[in-house]
Amino acid sequence: MIEIINLTKKYGSFTALNNLNLTIEKGSVFGFVGPNGAGKTTTFSILATLLAPTSGTAYVNGYDVTKDPKQVRKHIGYMPDFFGVYDQFKVHEYLDFYGASYGVPSKERQAIIPQLLELVNLTDKKDSYVDLLSRGMKQRLCLARSLIHDPEVLILDEPASGLDPRARIEMRGILQELKNMEKTIIISSHILPELSEMCDYLGIIEHGNLIASGNVNQIQSQLQANKILFVSVKQDIDNAIAFFENDLNVQLVERDDKDEQLLHVSYEGSDDDQVQLLKKAITKDIPILTFSQKQSNLEDIFMEITKGEE
Amino acid sequence: MERFFTLFINPVLNKEIKLRFRSFKSFLGIFFYLAICGLVSLAFIYIESTFGYGGFNATDSRNLFMVLAIGQLGLVTFMTPGLTAGAISGEREMQTLNILLTTQQSSTSIVLSKLFSSLAFLVLMLFASLPLYSIVFLYGGVSPSMVVITFGFQLLSMFTIGSLGVMFSTIIRKTMIATITTYAMMLFFLVGTLILFVISLRFSMAYNPGSVSGGNEYLPYLFIMLNPIVTLFTIYEPSAFSYELQATGIEWPLWSGFVISYFLIAIVALIISIRRLRPSMKVKTRKKKE
Ligand SMILES: Nc1ncnc2c1ncn2[C@@H]1O[C@H](COP(=O)(O)OP(=O)(O)OP(=O)(O)O)[C@@H](O)[C@H]1O
Ligand SMILES: [Mg+2]
Repeated sequence: MIEIINLTKKYGSFTALNNLNLTIEKGSVFGFVGPNGAGKTTTFSILATLLAPTSGTAYVNGYDVTKDPKQVRKHIGYMPDFFGVYDQFKVHEYLDFYGASYGVPSKERQAIIPQLLELVNLTDKKDSYVDLLSRGMKQRLCLARSLIHDPEVLILDEPASGLDPRARIEMRGILQELKNMEKTIIISSHILPELSEMCDYLGIIEHGNLIASGNVNQIQSQLQANKILFVSVKQDIDNAIAFFENDLNVQLVERDDKDEQLLHVSYEGSDDDQVQLLKKAITKDIPILTFSQKQSNLEDIFMEITKGEE
Repeated sequence: MERFFTLFINPVLNKEIKLRFRSFKSFLGIFFYLAICGLVSLAFIYIESTFGYGGFNATDSRNLFMVLAIGQLGLVTFMTPGLTAGAISGEREMQTLNILLTTQQSSTSIVLSKLFSSLAFLVLMLFASLPLYSIVFLYGGVSPSMVVITFGFQLLSMFTIGSLGVMFSTIIRKTMIATITTYAMMLFFLVGTLILFVISLRFSMAYNPGSVSGGNEYLPYLFIMLNPIVTLFTIYEPSAFSYELQATGIEWPLWSGFVISYFLIAIVALIISIRRLRPSMKVKTRKKKE
C-alpha cells in the first residue's frame, strides 16, 4: 500500500507538486492522469526514492521514502517513463542482471525469468539482443524487469505509451493478472479512458494539485460542475422551457437541434434537488415523456477542466 | 566479511566486465598495444646493439626499462580519464541509471564496480605487457623489485585519476564535461604540478637567498609529489631533483608523499561519489536558520 502525505516538491520557486495527499490500498490499481507537466513523474520519482521531496513524505508498505529508502526499494518495482537498455545484453541476460542486482538468488532467477517472459509475451525473443527489440517490446521487457524481485508495489510511469492498440489491451490483461496477485499498482497516463478501464481508482492531477480522486463515478461527480438533463415533453414545449428556466439550479435550457420535443437542461443541483425538480414538474402538469441524465464522457470532462488554465 | 566480499563480486561488476570484454575491439586494443610496445623494445635493442657503444648492455637495458615504464605510466594516465569519466554519467545519458539506482545495489558497490570495471581493461593491458619486461631482465640492469614498484605506481595513478573520473562523472551530468574536467585534472598532475613546483621554488629561493638547506618550504614539495612521472623518475634516479628537494627542507622521500596523497585523493573522491550517487532523501528542515 502507498500513503502520500502532504507531499510537496519545489524546483527553486516553481512548485511541481503541491501538498499531495493520497492513499492507495493494497491490491488496488490506481491511475494517475494529468496533462504534460502536471507532476506525475515527479510524484513517481519520489516514490521510487530517486528524488527528494521538499516537504511531506510518502510511505510504501509502511516504509518512509525519506527515512528508509533502502527498504522502499526492496518493495517496489519501478518502470520509468523513459529508459534505456544495455545494448549488448540478450533479453534473458538483461533480466538476469537485474535479478542479481535485486539480490534474487541465481536458482530463483532461472525459474522466474521464463515465467516473466511468458507473462509479457516475449518468450520467443529470449535470445535476442535487447537493442534489437521494438519499442513496445522493450516496454514489456521493462515491465517484466520491474517484477523480477516479486515486489508488492508497482510504480509504472506511462507503461502504455508507445504500445500499439493490441499491446495496450494485452497490457491491460497483464495488469489484471498482477492485480490478481494482490499487487498494489500506481500507473500514470495522459489518456483518461484507457486508464479508467484498467484502474479501480483514479486521481486527476494538474499543475501539481490533485483535483479529483476516487472511482470513476466519484470523479465524474467531483469534476462535473453541471450535468446535462435530457427532458422530452409531449406538448407545450414553451411552457416547459419557462418552467425549467425558473428553477434556481438550472443554468441554461436549450432545444435539441433535431428532436422537436427534446430539451437540454444544464443543471447544477444535487441529486436530491433533481428529484424535487422532477416532482415539481409533474405537479405543475408538465407532460414529461422522458427524463434522463446525459452520460458524459470522462475524456470530455478531463478536457474541460484542464483547458484554459495554461 | 561477506558484505565486503559482495562489494567486489556483484552483478554490476560482472555485467560491466562481460559487456566490455565481449567486444572484439577490446581484443584488438590489447593486440595493438602489445605489438607497439614490442616493436619499440625491439627497435631500441636493435639500434643500441648495432650502433651503440659496446652493444646492448645492462645500462641500455635499464634505459629501455625506464622508457617503457614511464611511457606506460604516461599512457595509463592519459587513458584513465577517458575510460572512467563516463562511468556514471554514461548510464545517466543512456537512461539506465534510474533503474540501477532503484535496485538493491548499494551506492558503494555501484561506484566501486564502475571504477574497477572501467580500469579492468587497463590492468589487463599492463599485465599483458609483463612478458616484455622479461626482455629487460634478460640483459640485466633492473631488479625485479623495480618492476613491482613500477607496477604499483601505474596502478595507484590509475586508481586515483580513475576515482576522480568517477567522481566527476557522478557530480557532472554530461559525460563530455566530466571527461574534459578529468583530463584537466590529469594535466594538472602531469604538467601543472611541475610548473607550480618551479614557480614556488623560485619564490622560496628568493626569500631565503643562498640557503640550500633552506627553511620549511613545503609548497614545492607538495606540488611535485603529486606528479607521478617525476616521482617515479626519482625512484629510478635518486639524484634527480635532489638539490631542489633539499631546498624544501623536507627529508621524506618523494614517493611516500605521492603514495599518501594519491590514496587520500582517491578515497575522498570515492566518498564524494558514493554520497552523491543517490539523492539524499532527507527533507531539509528550515530549523537551522533560527
Ligand atoms: N529537474 C527539474 N528542474 C526544474 N523543473 C522541473 C524538473 N523536473 C521537472 N520539472 C518541472 O516540474 C513539472 C512537473 O514535471 P513532471 O515530469 O512531473 O510532469 P509529468 O506530469 O510527468 O508530465 P508528462 O506527462 O509530460 O510526463 C514540469 O513543469 C517540469 O517542467
Ligand atoms: Mg512524466
